[in-house]
This record gives sequence, C-alpha cells and structure tokens, in this order.
Amino acid sequence: MQKTKWLAGIAMGFTLLASSAMAGHDFKVVYIGKNTGNPYFDSITGGFQDACKKIGCQFEFVAPATAEATSQIPFIEAQIQRGVNVIAIAPNSPDAMNQVLDKARAKGILVLSVNGDLVGNEGHRDANILPVDFTKTGPNQVELMGSLIGYKGEIAILSATTEAPDQNTWIAAMKKTLAENPKYKDMKLVATVYGDDQPEKSTTEMEALLSNYPNLVGVIAPTTVGIAAAAQVVKSRGIASKVHVTGLGLPSEMRDFVKDGTVTAFQLWSPYNEGWLASYFADGVLNGTIKNTVGTKFEVPSLGSITIMEKNVMNTQAELTSFDKSNIDKFNF
Amino acid sequence: MTDHVGVIHKNAVMDSAPPRPLWSVILVRPETMTFLLLILAIFAGGQLSPYFLDVGYILDSFTLTAELSLLALVLTLVIISGEIDLSPASNMALSACLFAYALSFGWPLWIAVLVGMGSGMIMGAINAFLIISLQLPSIIVTIGTLTLFRGLAQVIAGDKSIRLPEWYIGIDKIYVLGLPAPDMIFIIVSSVLALILGMTIWGRQIYQTGTNETSAQYAGIRTRRIKAILFISMGLTASLAAMIYVSRLGSVRYDLGIGGELQMVLMAMLGGTYIFGGRGTILGTFLAALLLSVISTGMTTANLLPATQLCVLGVLLIISIIVTNFIYSRTQR
Repeated sequence: MQKTKWLAGIAMGFTLLASSAMAGHDFKVVYIGKNTGNPYFDSITGGFQDACKKIGCQFEFVAPATAEATSQIPFIEAQIQRGVNVIAIAPNSPDAMNQVLDKARAKGILVLSVNGDLVGNEGHRDANILPVDFTKTGPNQVELMGSLIGYKGEIAILSATTEAPDQNTWIAAMKKTLAENPKYKDMKLVATVYGDDQPEKSTTEMEALLSNYPNLVGVIAPTTVGIAAAAQVVKSRGIASKVHVTGLGLPSEMRDFVKDGTVTAFQLWSPYNEGWLASYFADGVLNGTIKNTVGTKFEVPSLGSITIMEKNVMNTQAELTSFDKSNIDKFNF
Repeated sequence: MTDHVGVIHKNAVMDSAPPRPLWSVILVRPETMTFLLLILAIFAGGQLSPYFLDVGYILDSFTLTAELSLLALVLTLVIISGEIDLSPASNMALSACLFAYALSFGWPLWIAVLVGMGSGMIMGAINAFLIISLQLPSIIVTIGTLTLFRGLAQVIAGDKSIRLPEWYIGIDKIYVLGLPAPDMIFIIVSSVLALILGMTIWGRQIYQTGTNETSAQYAGIRTRRIKAILFISMGLTASLAAMIYVSRLGSVRYDLGIGGELQMVLMAMLGGTYIFGGRGTILGTFLAALLLSVISTGMTTANLLPATQLCVLGVLLIISIIVTNFIYSRTQR
C-alpha cells in the first residue's frame, strides 16, 4: 500500500513536470494513419507538417501495414512510451482501441481522432476533427449522382471495407436519402459492393457490377481508391457516356479522368486542412488558449473561425467541394 | 569412467562418428540461435530508440502477442507430432464471439466460460476427426477449417463488434508478481508443457510419433490417440486465448487475430521446431515468442515503417530455417 502511494506520488510529480514543460510550442505530435501506402494520408500529413513548421512543434507520421481493427494498438502503445504530447489518429475501429486510448489519456496525452471518429465511443478521445459535417456527405453524393443521370435509373455503390465506419455512415445516409426524398424516387440502388480500398479488388468488383447489372447508369464510390478504380474500368471499356462514375476522389488522381470526360464531377474536401486545424487546436489546448469545451470558438490562420460542436467535433469546411473541369486545376493534393 | 568402459565404448562405435563433446550438445542447438537473436534484438532495440529499454514497457508490450504465443506453444507439440494446425486463430475468433455473446446476454461467467471452451474443444475435435479418423492431410483440413471457423464467426457476429461487460475488461492491467497476467499465464503454460514434453513418457511418445509414425505404432505407441488429444488441446487453448484476448480488447469482432496463424508458425519455426516433425522444444518457441515481441515492439517504438518490419521478419524466418536445418543435418542424425 505504502509502495503504491509512493509510486502514485512519483507519477504525479512526473505529470506535473510534463505539463509544465508543455507550456511552449515545442510539443510532440504523432499522426497514426489507417495504413501505409494511402495517398490520402499524405495530404493530411502535409497539413500537420506545414502547421508544425509555423507553430514550432515536432511532427511524425506512423501507420500499420494493414487497416484491420487491432493493427493500430501497438503503435499507440509505442507512442505512449515515446512520451508524445498529442496522438492524432484515423481510427480503424470504433471500439477496439478504447482501452489503449484511455491509457494514453490517463498519461496526460491529448487524443484527437482526425478524419474519422470513434462512433459511439466518443468518450475515449478528447476531440474529433472532421473535414465536413459527415451527415451531409451521403445526401450531397446522392444529389450529385442524380444530377449526372437525370434522377433516373439503376445505381450501385462501390465502397471500401465492409466495416469501414465512415463509409458505412455515408452509405446509410445515402440509402435514407434515396428512400425518403421523393426527388430521388426513380433512382434505384441495386447493389453495394466492397473493394477493400485495394485497387485490384475494387477493379474486380466494378467489373462484376457491370456484368451483373447491365442497366446500371451510375456508380457512387465514396472512397478515393474505389473511384479511381471504377473510373479506370469505365474508361477502358469506353462506356463513360452510359455509366456515370462519381464519389469521393483526390483531384491529383482524378485529374486525367475529368479532363478526358470519363468522370464529369466528383467531390471531396481538403484533407490538408484537417492536419492544419489539428495542429493549431492541439497547440491552443496545450497552452491553455483554447478551452476544449462545446461552444468554444477560436481563430485558425487561413481557415477562419472554428467552433467546437457537440461531442467536441470540429469541421474544417461547411459543405463538400465539387470538382469538375472548371476548377480541378486549382487543387493540388 | 574407467579405461575398461572406454575400450568397450570405443569398440562398439568403431564405425560411427565420435560422440560430440558436451559443450557442442548444449550449445549447437537451434534454441541457442534464438536466444542469441533475442539478446541481439534487445540490444538493437535500445540502439534504435532511447525509449525502448524499459522492462515494464517490454513486458506490457508482450501482452499484445501473448495470446498468439500461447497458441504457438501447443502448435509446437502438434508440429513435433508430425502434423500442423492452421485453424487456431479462426477458432479463437469464433470462440471469442460466442463467449462475448454469452456474457452480453447477462449469463454468469462460468456458463460463458463453458460455452467458450466447449466451442473451442468442438472445433479441435472436428479437426481431429477429419485428420485422424478420415486420414486427411492436416494442412488441407486446417486451411479449410481456418476459413470455415472465420466464416461462421462473421455469420454470427456480422460486421458489428460485441462489447464485453466493463467488469470483464482489463486482464492485462492485472499484475501477478510484477508481471501482467497474460505474460504470467504464458510462462505457466510454457513451464507445464515443457515438463510434459521433456520429462514424461507421453512427451517422448510425441517425438516418436513425429519422427516415424509407423515404427512408433510398431513400438506400441497409440499415435492416433496422441494426435487426437493434441488437436483437441489446440482447440481448448484457442478458446482460452480468446478469453484473454477479449478481456484485453474490451470488444470482439469476427476479424479478431486474423492472419495470426502465420505468426504462430513463425514462432515455432524461429524456435527451431522442425516442420516435418520429430524435433523441437517448448523452450525454443518460448524464446521465439519473446524475440518476435521484442523485434516488433523495438521497431514500432523507433517509428520504423511497417514495410521495413516485414522485411526484417521475413529475413529472420529464412535465417532460422537455414540454421535449424543445418544444425539438425550436421549434429543430430
């Protein structure tokens, strides 16, 4: 018992030391991505890097080889051991990391979920940074699809993995929008398939969609890997005028498809701004200039005023950005 | 040793090679290589990152692979007996789902434990029936049951995760004699199995079964019964590992421990178990499990890319196979 008290005392002493050392801008941030080899995360990482250069913090990016539910746990453990001040993470599972994230928070580490949230387990992170209000993603995508196909015909969804929390939220919202809004009553969702965010599997699934549903007029791929694969299939078959591909894509990967007419329009946000906002938010919270409570407003350079909303969620922009021939050259990520 | 005995001895082994000196018998063993690699890995980990050399951290990190290590111990016995079992990771996932469901229904712990262990045993018995009664090759059978058990887990649990009740979570936070409970369980099971394999008649019979099954049968060893017991123990251990795993994670999904079979085989091989049976020790697998944990923890703590980690593991496996084969062909034939 005596020993436990001693240890607790020492631990508290260290915590005090750590927090006093934190009052500065030279803190350590790590961003744990879903998996390596995903260009989307390069853009978020870019935001972190540039912001940290301005602020003075030290940034590192790590990610496991595969995006399965438990693969990020050893990385979180390692970061706790390394003594980072901020762990930002794009969670691979809404609940498998609860215990280890709690451990990090108990050590005084600020835990932010960036570009995805612990849906239903929000109490296990301090705040969440999302590019847009994700409840609008589903309806926005359905509207874009509708405008491409004249609000009529059979459509399908090509998603990431079956358990990807973001994609599943959006797909649920798409289904709800299609079912409830009379504007879309002539659009019929015939299939939802999963390409696991792998180019090859996504291509195979897209080919299968086209053979199984000859009347298909549109495919929504709410994932950057899926939309690129789907566009490639449509392009090589030369059926761009019949099957419209849209979804969420990276301007850098989709530029050629837009210019040659394979894809008319697609949507996304700026992943770069997520890293940027996360860094400034962390800096503010660690130095006491931003209070991490619902309703707080603060200014972030080049983003303007940001409000902490319910469940400590922040968005970098209000609506999805649509990319087409007219504006795609202005974006470089 | 008198001259008289020496003369007889000399005459008796006239045509064969001279007996190996004691130091060679003790030191030229695959386990020695594993041990040296372990020392090297700890040293290298310390060089790679200043945060690595922390006994508490290394012991805590071992809990991340304790379940698979536990399975690797029993798998070592299965491999020594001349068979292989690739299904334990899937068995673990299915047992975990059933166990978690039983608890989430509010059933008492002992019934949930019975459900979990019962299902694990039944799965082991299915393997035993197919391999021993129907005389099918174990590698094919267990690849089949690997897929089947995982599939059943997905059918039962779907894409959702099953939460464990709060009181059941956190076995890795319990310390027994300064060691996290999963580590302690691993050490106890290792000791028991090492005693059985090294000290009992039953242990000798496992070696004989794997060395030459036909001659073992002529010698009156009931090889079929031995193998059946081993496969059923494998199933039982998988369910035990499942209960530890879910307590550590706090939730279960069908993809629990996916791909774990390869890690288990890797541990057995790194520890000097001979893939064609008849040779291997629990000490070897014990050291190899520590080695793998130290290597991956060391590299993750140093923020090395997962690609680098995979390369290192691949090279290690190949080195271990070359060394094992070399030692066995030179010294023990």
